[in-house]
Amino acid sequence: MLQIDCPWCGMREEMEFSYGGQAHVAYPKDPHAVSDEDWAQYLFMRDNPKGLFLERWVHSQGCRRWFNVERHTVTHEITAVYKPGEPPPAAKP
Amino acid sequence: MSGTAANIARIEGAGKIDRTRPLAFTFNGRKLQGYAGDTLASALLANGIHLVARSFKYHRPRGMLTAGNEEPNALVQLERGPYTEPNLRATEIELYEGLDASSVNCFPNVQFDLRAINGLASSILVAGFYNKTFMWPKGFWKKVYEPALRAAAGLGVAPDSPDPDTYDRMHWHCDVLVVGAGPAGLSASLQAGRRGVRTVIVEEAPEAGGSLLQRPATIDGVAGTEWASKAFAELDAMPNVLFLCRTSVFGYYDHNYLMAVEHRTDHLGPGRSPGVARKRLWHFRAKRVVLATGAHERPIVFGNNDLPGIVLANAACTYATRYGVSLGKCGVAFVNNDHGFALALETQAVARNIAMIIDPRPDPDDALVKRAAALGVRVLCNSVIATAHGWNRVSSVDICPTRGTGLARLECDHVLVSGGLNPAVHLYSQAPGKLRYDANLACFLPDQCIQTVEVAGALNARFSLDSALEDGALAGKRTLHTLGQAVDAGAPAEAKDELHILPVWSVQAQLGLKLPGKHFVDYQNDVTEADILLASREGFRSVEHTKRYTTTGMATDQGKTSNVIGLAILAASLGKPIPEVGTTTFRPPFTPVTFGAIAGRDRGSLSDPVRTTPMHAWHVDNGAVFEDVGQWKRPWYFPKPGEDLHAAVARETKALRTTAGVMDATTLGKIDIQGADAAEFLNRVYTNAWTKLAVGSCRYGVMCRPDGMVMDDGVTARLADDRFLMTTTTGNAARVLDWLEEWLQTEWPELEVYCTTVTEQWATTAVVGPNARKILKALAPDMDFSNAAFPFMTFREGVVAGLAARVFRISFNGELSYEINVPSWHGLALWRAVIEAGKPHGLTPYGTETMHVARAEKGYIIIGQETDGTVTPQDVGLEWAVSKQKDFIGKRSFSRSDTARAGRKQLVGLLPQDKAFVAPEGSHLVASPERSTFDPRLGSPSIGHITSSYYSPNLESAFALALIANGRAMHGKTVYCSQGSGLKPMTVTDPVFIDKEGKRRDGID
Amino acid sequence: MQRFSFANLVRNSLSGHAHWKPFWRDAAPKQKYDAIIVGGGGHGLATAYYLAKNHGITNVAVLEKGWIGGGNTGRNTTIIRSNYLWNESGALYEHSLKLWEGLNEDLNINLMFSQRGVINLAHNQADVRESIRRVEANRLNGIDGEWLTPEQVKEFCPIIDISRTARYPVLGATLQRRGGTARHDTVAWGFARAADNLGVDIIQNCEVTGILREGGRVTGVRTTRGTIMAEKIGVVAAGHTSVVAAMADIRLPLQSHPLQALVSEPIKPIHPCVVMSNAVHVYLSQSDKGELVIGAGIDTFNSYSQRGSFHVIEHQMAALIELFPIFSRVRMLRTWGGIVDVCPDASPIVSKTPVKGLFLNCGWGTGGFKATPGSGWVFAHTIATGEPHPLNAAFALDRFSSGALIDEHGAAAVAH
Repeated sequence: MLQIDCPWCGMREEMEFSYGGQAHVAYPKDPHAVSDEDWAQYLFMRDNPKGLFLERWVHSQGCRRWFNVERHTVTHEITAVYKPGEPPPAAKP
Repeated sequence: MSGTAANIARIEGAGKIDRTRPLAFTFNGRKLQGYAGDTLASALLANGIHLVARSFKYHRPRGMLTAGNEEPNALVQLERGPYTEPNLRATEIELYEGLDASSVNCFPNVQFDLRAINGLASSILVAGFYNKTFMWPKGFWKKVYEPALRAAAGLGVAPDSPDPDTYDRMHWHCDVLVVGAGPAGLSASLQAGRRGVRTVIVEEAPEAGGSLLQRPATIDGVAGTEWASKAFAELDAMPNVLFLCRTSVFGYYDHNYLMAVEHRTDHLGPGRSPGVARKRLWHFRAKRVVLATGAHERPIVFGNNDLPGIVLANAACTYATRYGVSLGKCGVAFVNNDHGFALALETQAVARNIAMIIDPRPDPDDALVKRAAALGVRVLCNSVIATAHGWNRVSSVDICPTRGTGLARLECDHVLVSGGLNPAVHLYSQAPGKLRYDANLACFLPDQCIQTVEVAGALNARFSLDSALEDGALAGKRTLHTLGQAVDAGAPAEAKDELHILPVWSVQAQLGLKLPGKHFVDYQNDVTEADILLASREGFRSVEHTKRYTTTGMATDQGKTSNVIGLAILAASLGKPIPEVGTTTFRPPFTPVTFGAIAGRDRGSLSDPVRTTPMHAWHVDNGAVFEDVGQWKRPWYFPKPGEDLHAAVARETKALRTTAGVMDATTLGKIDIQGADAAEFLNRVYTNAWTKLAVGSCRYGVMCRPDGMVMDDGVTARLADDRFLMTTTTGNAARVLDWLEEWLQTEWPELEVYCTTVTEQWATTAVVGPNARKILKALAPDMDFSNAAFPFMTFREGVVAGLAARVFRISFNGELSYEINVPSWHGLALWRAVIEAGKPHGLTPYGTETMHVARAEKGYIIIGQETDGTVTPQDVGLEWAVSKQKDFIGKRSFSRSDTARAGRKQLVGLLPQDKAFVAPEGSHLVASPERSTFDPRLGSPSIGHITSSYYSPNLESAFALALIANGRAMHGKTVYCSQGSGLKPMTVTDPVFIDKEGKRRDGID
Repeated sequence: MQRFSFANLVRNSLSGHAHWKPFWRDAAPKQKYDAIIVGGGGHGLATAYYLAKNHGITNVAVLEKGWIGGGNTGRNTTIIRSNYLWNESGALYEHSLKLWEGLNEDLNINLMFSQRGVINLAHNQADVRESIRRVEANRLNGIDGEWLTPEQVKEFCPIIDISRTARYPVLGATLQRRGGTARHDTVAWGFARAADNLGVDIIQNCEVTGILREGGRVTGVRTTRGTIMAEKIGVVAAGHTSVVAAMADIRLPLQSHPLQALVSEPIKPIHPCVVMSNAVHVYLSQSDKGELVIGAGIDTFNSYSQRGSFHVIEHQMAALIELFPIFSRVRMLRTWGGIVDVCPDASPIVSKTPVKGLFLNCGWGTGGFKATPGSGWVFAHTIATGEPHPLNAAFALDRFSSGALIDEHGAAAVAH
């Protein structure tokens, strides 16, 4: 069971959270302007790295807020937690 | 035999058992006696019983090999009836009055086991033999071979009735979790406890002490056991310390989450602790972990090394010093290291029954050799035991020099073996920690771990008492230091080679000879050295392959005594050093865990929460039959005496269309949506437009997933300019709320919208049918229910039955219908008032089945019934609710080639040509009798399936809804329902069966 | 190939089994092959076998970064069935089941394929509807299936609790009698042995680190044991497929998750079949050794660790005890995790890719074991001919653009 540091509530057990998959998957600005292939990229195609992964979680049994996590998919180590709209760790100056 | 047998093997004055408290117990039907403080194993040995079990494959006679959790042989079935439990290790069972145990996996008894005949075929039953045979003739596998294999499978038996015991759970956070209360663990704990940090110490045994309980020792001038008791007392008294004995940490999970199971009542006997949970599953979240899990001694592989009477040196010492049990009159020890050598001498000091120590080393420690002489033990260096002999018990061994040949036979009645030590790296490995092989010590040791964990004591190769104590203290200090305490962590103690081990894994391999007898590596699974060599020959050269091919380490002892030896033998056969062959990964659990303890209290009604509406009690009182819809209990139908589902639903459906019906609609999801951008938000999530909806009005909406498939539907009302009340389907309520939040928070944070679930805040009573208006008028004389004042798809606030209410004129059945919402605590009162007011008007309570029939008569879909995640709004005839102007979630997907293609499955109605034929829901349809069965060239003849199917008393016919390929073009055509008894012709129709013009919904003013 | 038979077993026992040959040669990589299979699990080895057997392409290397069969082949609950909902899936899985039925003879090894019957329980009206829909779909696809009443369920599996007072009572079940289990490791070894016998090189401890391309075509792979050339490369890397595909700049609709399973200590046979329940969420069989084999759920987060969270096991154990109260005092012996590659529609991808000569076989999610022979069969065809076999045409990558998904969440909702 992971322990996740909700940016609003602090350290909580994984069971309080729900997973939201890859973070920063942008909704196309105009969905009707993109090809079926590009629309499929948005709908279905996802990064699935073995290593650090930027992903979304929601504190569904707590504050019910979404946020982003940087986590290692092999060690499960969580290296960063940040709010929606904030830049991912690597993008920070 | 009558009465109890004497404790013939008890050593006068030795041991820490309580001789004032004799305990009677039964083994294999024999009445025996032991003492408080005994384990079943020690009590059996005290009674001179060594043969207690049979092995898995060859049914070889087996006795205790160990005195602890690593025991591979001595498995018993404990107790009978509902309390029976299979495969328990006699070495771990604390004796209690009346204990009743028997041997597993033997017939007719453990002394004489018919299946021992397997041993005669052992030359055939080698590793993987079953892969090579039982293939001919083909049909025999199912009828002959597999049943025969299964007849031989398994060890003990499961109970045949439910478990009378209960189990519970604890969750615990701490600063430091110390696993193991031996010298190192206690030493670390004292450091942590005295500093006031939240400390938990977990010990598997009934009391603290670890190795101090297994051999004589002195610490600070007192006996080791006394020191341990004092340390326990000091720690246990600290408010910041939780000290758990009889508790096994079995799993080390992510982020320092450790699982343990506490055995709370097993030592008292079955059924003797009413009201106390038998086991407790502990969930620890620790900031820091100190593992002081000790080490397991390992055997040496020689001929017939599995005979009863052959035990590990540590076990012999434990039986003598802790339990005062002598294993025989004449023992020999076979050791290859100082630790085992010393244990043999300590055993001798208490039991006075060790004649000789056989040691392959040329020069064992001088002090030990001198001590042996003083204790009257002969030492034979440069020698090994080649083969043991005996029938159901060892009676002699062949001794052989390590160089040269020539066997000498030595009579003996037990043998002590020590092939070295395996630090108990299991939890560390689970963490996951990497291991390294130490060639000097001939064992695997902790190396690196991604979690914040310290190791101490024997686990850290500090095998002597003094260095374990020092190492434990240092581990405690390091831990405190990392917790920010002002403690000097100091330098780690230098590891000392305290073993002087000469690795001998297999005597055969060491001597380069073929020796008689079977040479066991994994005792319980009957894996021999020859099996491992065979696996290696057959190409199974990865340690994981060998493990799986031979089943080494996969028995109930999980390879605690066999894994490393198997690995070493494999490495030798490949001519590789051990580290190059690697080690298998240790996975939870460290020790087997009772299913019931894992399930805890989540059983029966607590296995999943039951949700009921405020009106539930009335439904129960009035004979409702319920159905599970998600976690909700919903009335399915309200049978009158003698009615079945069909009759009840026919009556309810008729009433709804001719007089009036009432239904509890509370379970529908309700979400209060507020904020300046609420209408815009609905525009984006629903397929239809919402900005122009007037306050006080309602609208039906469909929402799709981004892939364009229908996700949910429901009626949403505009309470104010900036406020809507959305309803969802019962099963999707939580999902839809999550969905809305996800889009709001992650995609459209600029929208000012707030969503709140109010499902539980409102109770909803639907009054339906031609008489509905009369009933409402009677209940709410101050409200105007005329069509003009209160038209369809609007809502009004008012006082109904004296209660403040919101009344919605919406309909899921085509009839005049009012859904009365009151705060949930008034739900039952309102319901009763409605029932009362409806009496003169033929008001009939109805359940979900009638609801389904009535809505199907109108062709209304149910999410999850007409839809299955592959259906678009257009497929189910909802294009009218799909906006062409605005964008919404899923719209882009409609234009994809498959989603836009003609001929998709579409919703239709079906009327059976035999009006009485109610097609089973889920039945498939075929286009013609000629093409109605599977054709390998053409595939399935199915053109679609029936989603809903009922008998309608209003139509006086059965009818159905179905999804059929290109269905809308098929109205009027005949299709055939394919089901067990044949083909039934049905006519494709429009899905609306009743009141196509929609006149009924206004009733009569 | 040395034949496996009782006679040969007896004959070899006379020499102390000294003359058994390795199941497969420990091959060293050559410089060039006609085809390379990346991934030495059951699916990859089956692909190599059928490439050699069905298509005569024997100059094939199977590259395995660890040891063969060490991934999901050796980490599953060994359930075999073909009762999927949609025609496309039914055809593919049924082809596989038919292959299982003759696989002992074909590979000359006893896979201990045991057609004990698989039942899927229904616990609410929606389950009942979906179950009948599936049974009828199966029947019209030539797949055996039947609907059982609660009493018939009890008759087929006497230890199951069908009392109406259960939290989620058993309302019936589907039964596929031809379904069952097999000995998982042996499947990998058996295909390896048979492929090796036809000339395939099985190369272990050989990790692919790069995919070489030239002008939109594959030309070979870089590995930890050197560069190996081939114009056809089939990637069958299960949970690691995304990682390998990324080497060719291909992004996939896959997410890798840990899927846990566990076994009990061996007990005397008491459970006759395979039981699965979507609603209560558990699946259970008993092995020929006597261990209860129990599947737990999938951990929701992405992971390549083969470790899951314990609460997943707690949840599923509660479900097990609900259905089988008599197992409360039995004990959990081993747990493990596999890394499953899950597709949005719970159906696999067996497909060409935008890179010529590069083929993918992945996305089997939680249920790939049962498909092992069928998957190898159609993938071998795809690699050999460059075009999909009719049975895997619908499982192409382009379905994610066209929308022609094959949504088997209903059939696959329980991880298995």
